[in-house]
Amino acid sequence: MPLDNAPDSKRKYNVVGTRPLRPDGIDKVTGRAKFGADATAPGQLVGRILRSPHAHAKIKSIDTSKAEKLAGVKAVITRDDFPDHTDGDSALYDTMYNIMAREKALYEGHAVAAVAATTPAIARQALKLIKIDYEILPHVTDVDEAMKPNAPVLNRKMFTDGVDPKPTKASNIARRFEFGHGDVEEGFKKADIIIERSFKTEATHQGYIEPHAALASMSPDGTAELWCCTQGHYMVRDVCARILGIDISRLRVTQSEIGGGFGGKTTVFIEPVALALSRKANRPVKVVMTRDEVFKASGPTSSTSMDIKIGVTKDGLITAADGTFRYQGGPFAGCSPAEFGAMSAFAQFHLDNVRAIGYDVLCNRPKTISYRAPGAPMANFAVESVIEELAHKLGMAPIDFRIKNAAREGTKSSYGPVYGPIGLGPTLEAAKNHPHFKAPLGPNQGRGMAAGFWFNFGGQSCVSLNIPTDGTITVSVGSPDIGGSRASMCMMVAEELGINYEQVRAIIADTSSLGHNDVTDGSRTTFATGMACILAARDAIKKLCARAAATWGIPEDAVTWEKGFAKPAGANAGDFAPLSLKEIAAASPGTGGPIAGHHEYSADGAGVSFATHICDIEVDQETGASKIVRYTVIQDAGKAVHPAYVEGQFQGGAVQGIGWALNEEYIYGKDGRLQNAGFLDYRIPVCSDLPMIDTMILEIPNPGHPYGVRGVGETSIVPPLAAIANAVAAATGVRFTQLPMSPPRILKGIEDAKKAGAKKAA
Amino acid sequence: MSGITVNAKINGDPVEFICEADETLLDVLRNRLGLTGAKEGCSTGDCGACSVTVDGRLTCSCLVLGAEIEGHNIGTIEGMAHGEELHPLQKKFIEHAALQCGVCTPGFLIAAKSLLDKNPDPTETEIRFGLAGNLCRCTGYDKIVRAVQDTAKEMRKTNSRKGA
Repeated sequence: MPLDNAPDSKRKYNVVGTRPLRPDGIDKVTGRAKFGADATAPGQLVGRILRSPHAHAKIKSIDTSKAEKLAGVKAVITRDDFPDHTDGDSALYDTMYNIMAREKALYEGHAVAAVAATTPAIARQALKLIKIDYEILPHVTDVDEAMKPNAPVLNRKMFTDGVDPKPTKASNIARRFEFGHGDVEEGFKKADIIIERSFKTEATHQGYIEPHAALASMSPDGTAELWCCTQGHYMVRDVCARILGIDISRLRVTQSEIGGGFGGKTTVFIEPVALALSRKANRPVKVVMTRDEVFKASGPTSSTSMDIKIGVTKDGLITAADGTFRYQGGPFAGCSPAEFGAMSAFAQFHLDNVRAIGYDVLCNRPKTISYRAPGAPMANFAVESVIEELAHKLGMAPIDFRIKNAAREGTKSSYGPVYGPIGLGPTLEAAKNHPHFKAPLGPNQGRGMAAGFWFNFGGQSCVSLNIPTDGTITVSVGSPDIGGSRASMCMMVAEELGINYEQVRAIIADTSSLGHNDVTDGSRTTFATGMACILAARDAIKKLCARAAATWGIPEDAVTWEKGFAKPAGANAGDFAPLSLKEIAAASPGTGGPIAGHHEYSADGAGVSFATHICDIEVDQETGASKIVRYTVIQDAGKAVHPAYVEGQFQGGAVQGIGWALNEEYIYGKDGRLQNAGFLDYRIPVCSDLPMIDTMILEIPNPGHPYGVRGVGETSIVPPLAAIANAVAAATGVRFTQLPMSPPRILKGIEDAKKAGAKKAA
Repeated sequence: MSGITVNAKINGDPVEFICEADETLLDVLRNRLGLTGAKEGCSTGDCGACSVTVDGRLTCSCLVLGAEIEGHNIGTIEGMAHGEELHPLQKKFIEHAALQCGVCTPGFLIAAKSLLDKNPDPTETEIRFGLAGNLCRCTGYDKIVRAVQDTAKEMRKTNSRKGA
């Protein structure tokens, strides 16, 4: 079906843009909602995983005999229980290697064996009885160290891709990426001022409050059911079935309510292990990660090392921008978001000469996975820090410098495509005119800002919409609802059908009840699955009109749909009283049977998104402690379907960025072991750390969606790192090039600056 | 293994259960009594997702042993609404979109109720410190704080009407 996608700017919305109550609200405030760990099955066993204490070690042998003999132990599994069915698919092989180590343990926390037992205590005891003979190998956890020629090499078969000629010596550099256009060397010749800086950021974790949980039930004949918290149960089904060597259609995955993901639940960790234990024990097995395991053995994001060089004329026009982005992705190739980092780094500028080089690097750390706008926040931190410094050197207001060089409609982006209508300029102008921007600052306070970008994605969605005889609607979607998307799906269906929101209910279907849906990621759900809901509703309208046409004995194309009613299209069609959705539904058993609408497709036309953030921070000059005193997010949503949840995305992303900028970091010891695997020492922002987060939603319609919707979930985490670094620089006079800007680091920066100042004075 | 028999009250109802010596109250609630509203986010008392009240006092149920609650009154999220009638905090959390994924929500509601029971007219700062033991990773806390402020305002109005 050709998509009539261009948003109608004159359309008046009845439901979209309002703030109805979410359909799962009562379940979630009463404790009734079932999350990953909340399900049980008759006769279920407890699954527990044994993990490597070493950052890098050869697994010479595994002896499970004592554990197997322990009373109450029903299954013990190791690498031997995962024969290689991956058929040359290297990414799948790596996923399998990650969920259960094979020749080597590649990071502290890497799974090496698992047990299923009748009680948690017996399972714990059984793990202690498993004897593993390790040969400890040299390890590397720092990205710059890992790239050195003498670094311990994790994979002897790793020869850097993207370099011509391809190296013949193995290294930890999996791939080199390059994006850009023009000639940066020529561009720098035209510059009056050039600033060059190096930056480092530490690894952070998505920090979802719900640990991974899975309840698996698999029979020896290969039929299996799995209940788990995931951002993509179809992905879980496909990956688990292929790892276990069973038919995809024999595994039915039901998605539980999901207690946060932010990209961290877009792959499998414990799910294939739970299934393999269940197969071997022939009983249901439940595996739930501890928080310690979540930190050590799920998928945090990359630590990075970056170099940025930007040149400007004295009039404030950027002549060239060049960057190198080194991201470690754990022990496997293709896992770090170095590519997205390099692609997004300069995307907010109109540039004639730009180059961004990315390196995907292996380290003895957990296999990284997406974290909200994967790769973009770190690159943005580096670039927008240099931008701010350049503006000060030019004597130009940073906001004006950004406006002057901002990407606009028609700009060839730094990663290739030419932009259509985009919202960057409007967010910058709105920031400049915002009361926050003009508000006075107190002592020891500084103000910073930054603009950021995210691509947004489309992808595959499948939606079914059923109309029972009372004329209410059930929408079956296959995109896990991670932050209120069931409400926005219902709203879009109600909007199309011209009925009340309360008449529509959405459910998340299991993998056997509905066709494939991609993972809820890339800010795709409200855009792509939402558009599938709109198109499924339009499909249902066609069928409703056909029933009315048959009832009236007139051609189908002589019937139109208006505000919930089928009506004759005009005077020539005949004089019939309009039929309501409820009337047509009530008559449906006698007019041809059930009425349903469907749509399945792969969505194109996702609209890029931009945001500008303003941050005021107060720094205690004696302790280095800092406090955000005011924060404003201005972002283009395209069209806000449910504005309250759009604001929520803006606020949540900003606060994750605040944590990343100020406190959160993976701290490794010399032994390659994580030293802060818990919420006490890995400190995410708490309520008392923060002010209210002001938001402003702009709506510059995306031409690729009937209502103009863009994704909104990810962009909000991109600008905070730089906005806060710029605010800290304004408050202290010190430019920090390493994250997090924790109190000790800020204090050292202030003291070093004082010493340098005193030396200069002397 | 010898189980310990415990008698206590949960949401006003008498309960009797047998647990092992190393089982936490959270384990007992979730695994023995089928009350899965309290969540395990960390098991170290850092996240507040398992918040309950013990004799009215806000407590992380992961830091209390099941055997220790002999004779005590436990309040959980399952006891917050009265039949069909939601507690004002529950209503306001939905109205203000103060939850996204919702996994931290039971803990926040227990903590917020505990705060308002003691201080019906908290300042924003008092609310923020009152809820500082509960982690939320989705919302940035803004809408949670607003929902608590709005609830407090409404409950004060209702109570003054009742008083008059």
